[in-house]
Amino acid sequence: MSAMKAKHQRLILVLISMAALIGAGLLAIWGLRGNASYFYVPADIAANPPAADRAVRLGGMVEAGSLKTAPDGVTIHFVVGDGKARVPVIYRNIVPDLFKEGSGVVAEGKLGHDGTFVADNLLAKHDEKYVPREMKDMTEDQACKTVEAVK
Amino acid sequence: MQDCGSGQVIAEFGLAALWLAAALAVLQLIAGGVALSRRGDALGAVVRPVAIVQGVLALAAFAALVAVFISTDLSVKLVAANSHSAKPLLYKIAGAWGNHEGSMLLWVTIMGLAGGFVAAVERRLPERTMMATLAGQAFVSIGFYVFLLFASNPFTRLAEPAAEGQGLNPLLQDPGLAFHPPTLYVGYVGLSIAFSFAIGALITREVSPAFARAMRPWVLGAWIFLTLGITAGSYWAYYELGWGGWWFWDPVENASLMPWLAATALLHSCGVLAARNALRAWTLMLGVVAFSMSMIGTFLVRSGILTSVHAFAVDPRRGTFILVLLAIYIGGALMLFALRAGSISEGERFAVTSRESGLVFNNVMLSGTLGIVLIGTLYPLLAEAMGMKVSVGPPYFNPFTALFVVPMLLVLMVGPLLRWRLDNFGRVRSGLIIPALILVLSIGIAIVMAPGKMLSIIGLALAPALAFASLLPLRGRRLSRVKLPLWGMVLAHFGVAVSLFGMACDSAFTVEKLVAVRPGEAVRVGPWQVTMKSITPIAGPNWTALEGDLQASYNGTAPSLLRPQSRSFWTPPQQTNESALLTRWNGQLYTVLGDEAADGRWQLRLWWKPFVTMIWLGGVLIALGGLLAMLGHVASDVRRVIARSKIAFRRERQGR
Repeated sequence: MSAMKAKHQRLILVLISMAALIGAGLLAIWGLRGNASYFYVPADIAANPPAADRAVRLGGMVEAGSLKTAPDGVTIHFVVGDGKARVPVIYRNIVPDLFKEGSGVVAEGKLGHDGTFVADNLLAKHDEKYVPREMKDMTEDQACKTVEAVK
Repeated sequence: MQDCGSGQVIAEFGLAALWLAAALAVLQLIAGGVALSRRGDALGAVVRPVAIVQGVLALAAFAALVAVFISTDLSVKLVAANSHSAKPLLYKIAGAWGNHEGSMLLWVTIMGLAGGFVAAVERRLPERTMMATLAGQAFVSIGFYVFLLFASNPFTRLAEPAAEGQGLNPLLQDPGLAFHPPTLYVGYVGLSIAFSFAIGALITREVSPAFARAMRPWVLGAWIFLTLGITAGSYWAYYELGWGGWWFWDPVENASLMPWLAATALLHSCGVLAARNALRAWTLMLGVVAFSMSMIGTFLVRSGILTSVHAFAVDPRRGTFILVLLAIYIGGALMLFALRAGSISEGERFAVTSRESGLVFNNVMLSGTLGIVLIGTLYPLLAEAMGMKVSVGPPYFNPFTALFVVPMLLVLMVGPLLRWRLDNFGRVRSGLIIPALILVLSIGIAIVMAPGKMLSIIGLALAPALAFASLLPLRGRRLSRVKLPLWGMVLAHFGVAVSLFGMACDSAFTVEKLVAVRPGEAVRVGPWQVTMKSITPIAGPNWTALEGDLQASYNGTAPSLLRPQSRSFWTPPQQTNESALLTRWNGQLYTVLGDEAADGRWQLRLWWKPFVTMIWLGGVLIALGGLLAMLGHVASDVRRVIARSKIAFRRERQGR
């Protein structure tokens, strides 16, 4: 080492750290391709369902009158719709604050083989001002219709 | 209503103080800039006083905002939108920063105070670097003053005072959360000092061990607050959100983790620069990056472009404004770095087996982790620009950060034992036999106890070995003579092991039960027998609640009482679940009361989480370690200054 010139050592250090950082970047991109969970609205699921074991997010409105509690008292069934398609959802948990029929929800989970969406987590509308980001893309008109349709 | 007279002046006073502070920041920038030129000494004398007064004025503006919140002056728009006369005093005060405008005012207040504090006490740097540093600090402040005054004025009046305020988000009405944001902000904004120091040093090209010694306490101070803020935020999310998790990889959490990772790397590289005069350009780079991460975090949170529980300002104009500020500051600083890095003379070189090469490894791994978190946090934005909607969660973050963190922790066992400059691995080998044995033994135990859970096994195996190895630097020393910074390092590294153990235990051994029970029924969860006694309605200051009376008995011992609530707030109307926790030395029982099922049964969610409290205990130990190190460094600097002035005094006397 001592024979090595200072300049060379600096170069090697820079190269090693660059390699590590670029490695981290490439690794991140590779990891993201496999692990990012994609967002679907019911119409997307009807048109092009995701693979059964892939974690995805489903967003839409909870249809009025569709919320049912199973005999065990903790499993719930409900239907998420966007005015074009409907997806039945099963969720075994305490529902989050603000989860109710006729309001927006984003469910994280997987689509089962029978077409029922098995949710591990529900993100409900947080307050009056908050709309799940993915649902902002629905036009005002679409959203109104959706709300009308599921009321 | 009775405070109308005083309340009306207070808001205007606050706004005036804010304008004055902004004007002084401009003066500070100009005077500091001129002082760098050869003939600017006259103006240089005003820079320090101006920085101090600017900080005081910003504080006055902030105090005015808190005052209008305390008196609930409903003619101020911000108060009407975020407060309510029937709120407990603590949340009236906390309401002042629980919103966009108030939190930005808190940001500039801390920034002004930090700059003023540096101006008042920092005498170790060459005066030219100091001037450049204070000018840099003012330059960054100005952008945020402009943002505050033109795009988010907290003192805006309503034409017609509101009859009643709209209240504060109930999720934020919690004593822990009242003080979590200020703590985190001190950390975020404290890093602006490191940023300004780096700018100052880049401008004057004076990078030396003395510079690193001057910068280190400031970095440590900000880092301690960041550590505490993250720890407290994690505990808040754990008990308040009622999901039983302690880290969600939410963009806002990542926004606090990224500056922490950069600051952790920075304070380690400061150590190398101070001791060995190496890693000169790299340290400056990290100084720039750390505060840039704070600003990016603020941008992510404040612009509301990421879906998050915490994102309350959804205003595209503000988002654009912050984005422009980011581009100017980060882009400008990186440009300055690119121009000057080449001319900063290179540091000392060093051998592979040495303390500094261990620290270089630490820095590279921390930067790698930072890269993984940054890319994962920004990826949904990039994907959206390309028309895809994705979210990124634990399946990405957990394994990919572990790829960098695990090797770093392995090196952490060896690094602190090595000597600076050049060491021989054979010297420390004997000390490492025991940690290696512990590692092997605990891998075996972990595989048996938590089969199949890869990350938990790694954590369970690493934690005990790391805990032991972190104490090794004390071996062979007389404990009474060990210096404070060494105690700090040992404690902080030990804290990492404690925290890691908590995380691994939580993910490996948590038992969860979700049931619907009638009053009188009992449920088993792990070693606990939980009996639901009754449900009673109760009322608080601005909520009503249904409270469950639960009796929990650990392995048949005397039962203790837990009271989880399902609360309904009326301003604004919202339901929250208040979990109830029972803490034992070996873990926590976590209970959440859900809704009433149709047939008179109540939903109950129970977790037994062995050793989960270790996570936050570790966090506190890490912060405490930082505090010891900071005190040690400051004390020795003060001693040095005193000694120097004594010598100067004696010389003067002898000369006479």
